[in-house]
Amino acid sequence: MSKVVMLEVKGLTTKYITRFQEDVYAVDHVSLTVEEGRSLGIAGESGCGKSTLALSLMGYYFPPLHYMSGEIIIDGRTITEMEPDDIRREILGTEIAYIPQAAMNALNPTQKVIDFIEDVIQAHDPYKTKKEIYDLARKSFEVLGLPADVLQKYPVELSGGMKQRTVIATSVILSPKVLIADEPSSALDVTSQKMVIKMLKNLMEYGFIKSMIFITHELPLLYNVTDDIMVMYAGQIVEKGTAQEVVFDPLHPYAKGLMGSIIVPEKGLREVELAAIPGVPPNLKNPPAACRFAERCKYVRAECEANPVPLHYVGGGRAYRCILPEKELRDIYAKEARTREVHEHAR
Amino acid sequence: MKHTIRQIFRSGKFVVGFSIFVTILLIVIVYPLIITGEPLGIIGQGTFFPPGIYVSVYDSIGSPSYTLFLDDAAAKRIASKLSNDDRLAMKDWLIADGVPENQIDITDTEKLLDLWEKEYDPDKGLPGMTFAKQRYYQRLNDSLEGLLSTEAAIIAAKNAETGVLEETGVVKQSDYVNVGEVASVRVLPFGTDNFGRDVLTELVAATGVSLQIGLVAGLIATLIGLTLGLLAGYVGGLMDDVIVFITNLFLVIPTFVLLILISFSIGQEQRGPFVIAVVIGFTAWPWTARAVRAQVISLRNRDHVNLSKLSGHSIAHIILTDILPYIASYVIMALILQISLGILQEAALSILGLGPKTTEDPTLGLMMQWAMIYQAHILGKWWAYFPPLLTIALITFSMNLMNTGLDQVFNPALRD
Amino acid sequence: MPDDKKSCLSGSGLTKIFGLGRQKTVAVDHVDFNFYEGEIVSIVGESGSGKTTLAKMLLGLINPTEGEVYFQGQKRDISNQKKKKEYWKSIQAIFQDPYSSYNIFNKIDAVLLDCINMRGGRNLPHAKKVELMTEACSFVSLKFEELTNKYPFELSGGQMQRLMIARIFLLKPKILLADEPTSMIDACSRATILGMLMNLVLETGMTLIFITHDLGLAYYVSDTIYIMERGKFVESGSPDEVILQPKEAYTRRLISDVPKIHEEWDLSTV
Repeated sequence: MSKVVMLEVKGLTTKYITRFQEDVYAVDHVSLTVEEGRSLGIAGESGCGKSTLALSLMGYYFPPLHYMSGEIIIDGRTITEMEPDDIRREILGTEIAYIPQAAMNALNPTQKVIDFIEDVIQAHDPYKTKKEIYDLARKSFEVLGLPADVLQKYPVELSGGMKQRTVIATSVILSPKVLIADEPSSALDVTSQKMVIKMLKNLMEYGFIKSMIFITHELPLLYNVTDDIMVMYAGQIVEKGTAQEVVFDPLHPYAKGLMGSIIVPEKGLREVELAAIPGVPPNLKNPPAACRFAERCKYVRAECEANPVPLHYVGGGRAYRCILPEKELRDIYAKEARTREVHEHAR
Repeated sequence: MKHTIRQIFRSGKFVVGFSIFVTILLIVIVYPLIITGEPLGIIGQGTFFPPGIYVSVYDSIGSPSYTLFLDDAAAKRIASKLSNDDRLAMKDWLIADGVPENQIDITDTEKLLDLWEKEYDPDKGLPGMTFAKQRYYQRLNDSLEGLLSTEAAIIAAKNAETGVLEETGVVKQSDYVNVGEVASVRVLPFGTDNFGRDVLTELVAATGVSLQIGLVAGLIATLIGLTLGLLAGYVGGLMDDVIVFITNLFLVIPTFVLLILISFSIGQEQRGPFVIAVVIGFTAWPWTARAVRAQVISLRNRDHVNLSKLSGHSIAHIILTDILPYIASYVIMALILQISLGILQEAALSILGLGPKTTEDPTLGLMMQWAMIYQAHILGKWWAYFPPLLTIALITFSMNLMNTGLDQVFNPALRD
Repeated sequence: MPDDKKSCLSGSGLTKIFGLGRQKTVAVDHVDFNFYEGEIVSIVGESGSGKTTLAKMLLGLINPTEGEVYFQGQKRDISNQKKKKEYWKSIQAIFQDPYSSYNIFNKIDAVLLDCINMRGGRNLPHAKKVELMTEACSFVSLKFEELTNKYPFELSGGQMQRLMIARIFLLKPKILLADEPTSMIDACSRATILGMLMNLVLETGMTLIFITHDLGLAYYVSDTIYIMERGKFVESGSPDEVILQPKEAYTRRLISDVPKIHEEWDLSTV
């Protein structure tokens, strides 16, 4: 049974124009789809374009970010063809919501939480009365397990985790179809982080949102939160698949490296040798024309640096960006694992 | 460093402030080279000569004379002599004589005189006019005729031997001299002050002295504030408590009251500009100390300071290389504000008569005090108090602009 | 722990109290510990647990309110600048934020030269100093020729942190205290830096005190783990004991709050 597609992105390209009038292509021909009831995770190291992608997905561009090409379709509406003012009125908050990392700083310290919520709702529906807004906020807070008395408090009276959850609850109060969360929990303690994650999962369960995009560089977190994972490198998608596939069976050498650097407090971790990827991502002012990962790749060949590498789709939504066939990659990885085992045994 | 300086000069506010300041500074330096003479030398007998070009009357008689026939010369001469009261009186007479009011325009001297000559009859008594009034009109008419006469004035000199007046020359109404050929001409753009001193020369000298006072006061205040702030912030503990206590003590006593008391107790004789500067400096340091302390406390816990300690560097070394460079920009901004504050404090003290003693050096504040004592503001002699006022405003304005400009460069959060 | 191991750094009743009266906060509360030579010790705690305060006391950057630190069995004496300098030849640190660890007004050479001077190399010929600096840089896969005469802000965060390891390589202290050295670093550079740190520790046999909030990291690197909660050590032991069979409720909660890969992450316990 095919599900309803909530968000569809086709070949989206956006760029930054720096102070020195240089172009930085931070998002380069990115295509993705998120179906109703599913969540997509975006992984990658800092500077690979994942936060820029999150900003670009809202369709609302302000300098230094500029739209170049591609389409964003939310629930059948192509928002890349709309006027910025219409997007702000009709899309942001109601169709798509965005939570940045420091979202909790969005709360005005001189305003009570309920006043903040009133501002948000009245920006979209000026005729709603205070009573209606209060009832709506109270109801959604209760469903999400937040104490209703938070509404009457000032932000300074709340802890960091509580503030973050308050902002998240506020941002979904108009039931957006897509929620984009950019590192919503990385500034928090593990316990607060868990509460935020639980809340995000509940949002989907209770129908506040229809789909979610979750961005973080913490792979264990991503694996536990999202259904699908997309790995970005230097502004491009290098691997796509379900969370299970990407974490346990990565195809692209970069994804393989990322997964090899996962550290979790679990049995067996101490026996694993951490994989390190040497070098730094390429400068996006002038990215390599061919494979962008070539200069850091262990398995690099002459052909790698000849032509741009397209994304290979291998069925079931799985895709990777490498010139080597799937089978050859798997063989290489299997051989490597065997040698490592032999080494360890020898030790 | 180079980069920072380039950025500073890219800030519009700083450049405007800096240009104003440098212009003032250049004038202070260059002006005495062109116009020499004592800044406080009394050149005029009398008070508050208005701004203008002063031409020696004696020398203009001796200068070669040229004959010019200018149509409006006579009218201008009469216009400058005929007072507004006289004009109104003439209008009253003419109306009483039956001339319609709308035909009389007292601002048009020529027409008024024409009308007067045509209508006035000294023997005609108007009904209801007193004898005294009639005499007044007759005198007015006589003086108008004197003005309109074309006779020359005779210049005579007393013969030293006989004591008899002898005619030495004749000045006709059409005689002119070229100002450039008159031996002695003095331009006084701002006139003279209450003592008959050239205000401009005095102003330039006063600006120089005021700037020096500001600089000394600012340097002393910043130096004290910086030292105490660094000690309190970096060393901490008891030292911090003591310094903060003293600083707070200074902050709760209004600085200006303190300034007045100190200046007063020093006594008139001992109060030179330098002493005043030192006094201002010693009362202005507390807020620099507080600000520097706050900055140092936030720096003290930075990891690079900890690492420097772990590398075995002495306290002096850490303060000089790991703390000072970080707050240098801030201290420079504080210094600029302290300088402009010093200039303002000096002016305020001087107005109260507690500034530097009045005999040797002018300051901007003293100039305003003199103007105030001699009631220049009541008499409308604006040139005595307005120029120093404007100069103070320009100096502090330029310094505040520079400060804001620097602030924008050093605190990127404030950039627009 | 076997008894033949020599104690390197130990403390008894170590306490730090900030503030007075009603604003009094006990950051570290009567902590006892014994770190052995050549051991890798992790101190794990959430933010506000007092682990950084403890680290600063161990480093001698702040004085304890109560309690004593023993260095190699002797009571530590850092009462004056000279003795402190001597102590700091034996204990060094790497801090969390590479961007604030450098004096932005000094060139990179100055950082490394400081270390050579501290090891008594002040009078070495210039060529020898360059050789030492080049060796240190190549240990962390950096090229000294590319770094010389540069300022710290021209480097990336990862490079800065590697240079910090090069600094330790030059200093060769007996104890290295690493306060969250990788928490500001990306996941994949994290593995690189961790690898370099471990190489350094293995090569020189130094004691590593690793302070972190990341249980996974602590489990991966350490020989002994101390769990810290509100200024106190609540549990300690070998990583397998502490992480796989935690005794204390706090430790159990902490472990259950960390997302995992092979085990189910139970969200219902919040």
